[in-house]
Amino acid sequence: MADLKLDQIHKSYGAVDVLHGIDLDVKDGEFVVFVGPSGCGKSTLLRIIAGLEDITSGDLMIDGDLVNTKSPRDRGIAMVFQSYALYPHMTVYKNMAFGLKLDKQDKAAIDARVREAARILQLDQLLDRRPSELSGGQRQRVAIGRAIVRQPKVFLFDEPLSNLDAALRVQTRLEIAKLHQELKSTIVYVTHDQVEAMTLADKIVVMNGGNVEQVGSPMQLYHHPQTRFVAGFIGSPAMNFTKVSIDKVEPGKVTVSIPGGTPSVLPFDVDQNELGNQVELGIRPEHLSLGDGGELTVHGEVDVVEKLGDSTYLYLKLANGDRVTVRAPGHSRVKIGETVTASVSAGAAHLFSGGGKAFAKVDCPAEYSADE
Amino acid sequence: MSNGTSVKGGGTFRFGLLLLAFPLMLWLFLLVVLPHIDLFLVSMRERISYGKYEFSLINYIEFFSEPLYWNTYVRTAVMSIFATFLTLVIGFPVSYYIAKFMRGKGKNVLFLMCLIPFWVSELVRTFGWMILLRESGVVSNFLQWSGIADGPVEMLYNDATIMVGLVYTSMLFMIVPLVSVLDSLDDSLIEAGYDLGGNGFTVTRDIVIPHAMPGIASGCIVVFMLTLGNYLTPNLLGGKDSLWFTEQIYTQFITRFNWESGSAFGFLLLVLSSLIVWVGLKLSKQTLSETVG
Repeated sequence: MADLKLDQIHKSYGAVDVLHGIDLDVKDGEFVVFVGPSGCGKSTLLRIIAGLEDITSGDLMIDGDLVNTKSPRDRGIAMVFQSYALYPHMTVYKNMAFGLKLDKQDKAAIDARVREAARILQLDQLLDRRPSELSGGQRQRVAIGRAIVRQPKVFLFDEPLSNLDAALRVQTRLEIAKLHQELKSTIVYVTHDQVEAMTLADKIVVMNGGNVEQVGSPMQLYHHPQTRFVAGFIGSPAMNFTKVSIDKVEPGKVTVSIPGGTPSVLPFDVDQNELGNQVELGIRPEHLSLGDGGELTVHGEVDVVEKLGDSTYLYLKLANGDRVTVRAPGHSRVKIGETVTASVSAGAAHLFSGGGKAFAKVDCPAEYSADE
Repeated sequence: MSNGTSVKGGGTFRFGLLLLAFPLMLWLFLLVVLPHIDLFLVSMRERISYGKYEFSLINYIEFFSEPLYWNTYVRTAVMSIFATFLTLVIGFPVSYYIAKFMRGKGKNVLFLMCLIPFWVSELVRTFGWMILLRESGVVSNFLQWSGIADGPVEMLYNDATIMVGLVYTSMLFMIVPLVSVLDSLDDSLIEAGYDLGGNGFTVTRDIVIPHAMPGIASGCIVVFMLTLGNYLTPNLLGGKDSLWFTEQIYTQFITRFNWESGSAFGFLLLVLSSLIVWVGLKLSKQTLSETVG
């Protein structure tokens, strides 16, 4: 167990830069999730930490040691691969013992550690089987077990759930969360699935195009996204965005006009220079409610209705052509073609500049804040 | 009712399969099974006088009582095993490089470069080596021109040259199965090996080689059989000293016109190659079906 420090990590393949200076601090025992769309560099960053890719420039420290040029074996890490990477010619037991055998541990110690890990992961009955005789979920557990027995300083998970079906994914997600509580070890986990990130992480690192967009706790990212990208990436269904123009700027207050809606006063600190500019308003579907009870209202025609039982998603088309998703109660009887009004309290709104940066919210209401 | 239909369907299927397999069966029977039965029968008889034969083991007894014969036999086996081993040792890194380090176009180009020499007949290729290595050849001339050697250097007609020729001739048959088996090795298995604390040596020993074993076995079987049954290369590059068993068989059939003895030798070669392949499979814990499939 150890902390991890990344200082200006750059990576390029020939002329192509894939990581543009990543800074990150991971504390001992923290569960960190790298999340982002495919091609954002999250897997490359994980492979750099694992020592499977060279660092072009920058420093990587594990437990206070500079490990830039150290081979994977000397870094004290253990990785769980997306494909599990189990050895088909070895039994489950041998797969799990392989790392320890390479480490020249004595037989009794190897046996004790393999059996202990097998007990934690409920693999006791499967030790003599080959990977080909196991189900996807069992293989996944063997792959995790192979990492656990090595008692690494840092665990690395590369999209470990992506090969499992939906039901098993939820179950294994819970098991990984429990495992982290039990082992209390530092974990770096890569996924493209924001639900996995939200449910597992102590700290989420949202990446985009080789840069870190934002680092924070799941609730910080949900309530206080610093960029439009983070706002759109975290949360499901995704945040609604629509272009609005700034009509009036006062200290701690800004008046915007929504196309097809009434001008609204929102609690944001906006520079006077922004007056008259087009900015983007973001509202989460789950914060909108039908009717005009809130300070900020939108009108639109419903063109798709998705009934999920506990809730109903209404897809509204606004006057300016933008689409807005509203999460209505499950018993909602709204039909396609109806024109509805939805509203939200001003404190739930997000406002992003033309460059995609969030404006600072003033006096955020407790229900829309990550502060506890 | 449905039972009857399925039986009928099965019958049609079986007949179709038989029809499709017929040319192959005919081929195997006429060109492999039949000649070998005849070879065996011929080897078990002794010529008494013109057109008169008797059952006898004299041809086999002759083989074991004449040291030149079984010396050649053993030498051919040992040299073939060594040539196979050498081909494997040289071919493995090459295949690994093609399969694991090259991507896309470069991979195809490299693979093609291994194949190109085989567009030329084996005879021409072997003559190529002779042009290079003979006393008045390219290498000899170069050595004299550069002052390294005082006089002409003869590099043909020794075991090392035979070995070079054999390895060169059979390299492709080692590389093709190795590349295909190494291609199927997921990169993450190798990476996991390093991640689990392996180094280049342990990863190769514990992960790459076990995975590549079927390819290694099939490559070795093909190369070994080709080498053992090779006539041209040992004969041209090794000359009179090559002492290759196929040359003995040739001599019996063509020079001595002793078909009985030639047949016995041919049969002994078949037994030898089958035996060594069997032992090889046992030692490497592979099965023939695994290797072929």
